[in-house]
Amino acid sequence: MLDEPTRARVRERLQALTAPVRLIHFTQELDCETCTDARLLLQDVASLSDRVQLEVHNLQLERARAAELGIDRVPATIVANGRGTRIRFLGVPAGYEFAALLEAMLDVSRGQSHLQPETIARLQQIQQPVHLQVYVTPT
Amino acid sequence: MRLAHQLALESEQITADMVEAAEFPDLVQRYGIRAVPHIVINGRTAFVGALPEAEFVSRVLEAAGVPAKPEQKS
Repeated sequence: MLDEPTRARVRERLQALTAPVRLIHFTQELDCETCTDARLLLQDVASLSDRVQLEVHNLQLERARAAELGIDRVPATIVANGRGTRIRFLGVPAGYEFAALLEAMLDVSRGQSHLQPETIARLQQIQQPVHLQVYVTPT
Repeated sequence: MRLAHQLALESEQITADMVEAAEFPDLVQRYGIRAVPHIVINGRTAFVGALPEAEFVSRVLEAAGVPAKPEQKS
C-alpha cells in the first residue's frame, strides 16, 4: 500500500516508539469496500517496526470481542497499549488520518499526550463516560 | 483533530473515534454532516470546525455535565 519513500519515512517515525503499541483491527470479508485497503495498510505499518503488534479480527466471526470493545462497524482500528482501548479510527486511516494514526501510535506508546497541564487537570473532573466522534475526510 | 485522541489518552472516561465520513454515509446522514471536522459528543452534534484546546475541552466538559468555571470563556 505504501510506496518505498513513504515506508522509509514511516519506519523512521516509528523508531520513536518507546513501548509496544497494539493495533486491534476489525474487518470483514463481504460488504465492505474499504476493508482490504485498510488491512493491507495496517499490515504495511506493522511490518515497519517490531514495536507494532497488529491483531486482525473478523467482525462477523468475533461479535463478542467486538462488542466488548464497542466496535460495530468496519473497518475499525483501535490504537492500544496495556491500559486502554479508547483511541479508535473508523474507515481507512489514509491521507490526513494516516498522519493522525502515526501520531496516535507515538502518543499511546509514550503513554501521555501533548495537552496543556491545565487541560489535563480539567479532564479529571469528568466522572461519566464521554464518546467523542470527529468526522473527517481523506485529503 | 488529534485533540480528541489526546483527550482519550488522558481521561479514562473518554473514548475518541476519528471517522472517515465518506465511508459511512449512514452516519453522515444521521448527524447532518456537510463540512469537516464535524464533532459529535455522546451522539449529538457539538460543533463544526477546529477549536482551540481550551474551548474544545469546555465543550467536552459541558457534555459530561461538569459545571463551567466562572473564569472560562463561554
